[in-house]
Formats: sequence, structure tokens, C-alpha cells
Amino acid sequence: MEIAVRKAGSATVVSVKGRIDAVTAAEFEKNLAALMAGGDYTLVLDFSGLDYISSAGLRSILATAKQLKAKDGKMLFAALQGSVKDVFKISGFGSIFKIYETEEEALRQI
Amino acid sequence: MAQIPAHIRLPARIDSLNPLLAFVRSCAERQGLGQERLQEIDLVMEEILVNIFNYAYPDLPGEVEVACRPADDGRLLVEVADAGVPYNILSREDPDLKAGIEERSIGGLGVFFVKQLVRDIHYRREDDRNILTLQIDSEPRP
Repeated sequence: MEIAVRKAGSATVVSVKGRIDAVTAAEFEKNLAALMAGGDYTLVLDFSGLDYISSAGLRSILATAKQLKAKDGKMLFAALQGSVKDVFKISGFGSIFKIYETEEEALRQI
Repeated sequence: MAQIPAHIRLPARIDSLNPLLAFVRSCAERQGLGQERLQEIDLVMEEILVNIFNYAYPDLPGEVEVACRPADDGRLLVEVADAGVPYNILSREDPDLKAGIEERSIGGLGVFFVKQLVRDIHYRREDDRNILTLQIDSEPRP
């Protein structure tokens, strides 16, 4: 898993590549927690390079989303691919989170 | 031609995850399963194995054994066994998929994925072992 972070106006774009699984989920969550601790409360998760996510990854997303909500922040998702898209669909995450086809589209909603 | 069952036995802990996944993936590849189905099987196996790593051996370290072989009908047969506390993951209740962010709890989601992606899955307790048998179709979930 590789994580790249950049600012885009008031939002923070987090691009994740590779796999978020039971091995890497803790590191993924730690990165998001560090952003929140630094005052970044509007996160756009760019999943265009993400090949795989399991329930461990969804657990990290949900834990982060709950904390963001408490701070009036939000988390948007962009560019879900193949199996990641399916996992969001099966889990119901596709209907509790805002998901956009592209990062640009997600940023326009902020 | 007779098929010899292949199996692997490793400590039931997180650093065994990738070798175990690679083992099942190689079985599935030999069976000629497509990329999409291979990813689904990866997910199914991760969820089952992580459950075992987390709950099967609360006190002492233990092992997990995975075996696979082609079934007669073109499906892939995968068996996962541990000698831990009796636990049938299939008895786990499905999560509430409609709950919002605040109400949503994540428990049970992994097992729910397993049930969604593999139609034929059976649990039995035999010789003090939990044995989960999966008959995996070659086609991805519709």
C-alpha cells in the first residue's frame, strides 16, 4: 500500500494505491488520524489506484468517518475500481458514503 | 488423472496471511479461474483467516491448515481447519447494511462477504477441529 496526500483548496486528497487489507489497514487508519490531528477535516479518498479492500479496510474507513462526523468534517470517495467498487456495494458503504466517478467531480462538491 | 490434494499449515497469525492467500490463489489459478474471481476468493480467504487469527486461539498460539483441490464439477474445493475453540463463523448474524455512519457497526461484515461470494459453504466440528469447506464456483458473483 502507498499513500500520497495533497491539498486541494479546503480539501485534502488522499490517494491510496495497492491493497488495504488486514495487514495494511492499521497504517492506512494511522495516516487518516494524523491528517485529522493536523486539522484536515474534509478528506477526498482517491481510490483510482486501489486494487483491493477487505472488511479490515472498511473498518478503518468507518472509524475515521465517525470521528470526522463528530468534528463536522466529511469524507468523500472518488474513482473506485473493480473489486473495491463491488465491496462498497455489497457492504452498503456505497449508500452511506458519497462516491464520485473522478477526483475532480468529488472536489467540485466541496 | 488422480488429483493430489495440496495443503499448507502455518501459525495462526497475521504474518501468515499473505502466504496462505498466495497458496489458495495458486490453486485457483491452476483451476483456470479468471482475475475477477481470483480477487473475490482473496477477499473470502482473508476474511475467514483473519477471523481464525483473531478468535480461534485466545490463550495459546495455534495453527491453521488450508487444503485445496479441484472438485469433479469444475469447482474448487477449499478446506480451512484450525484446532481452536469451537466456532462456526456461519452462525454470525448479518450486519445492518442500511444503518448510517453513526449507527453503523462493522462487526460481521467480513463473514457477510464470505456468504455473499461463496454459495456452498459448510462448517463442521471434527476431532476437536473447526473445519470449513468451501465449494467455489469458477464464475464471479453475478
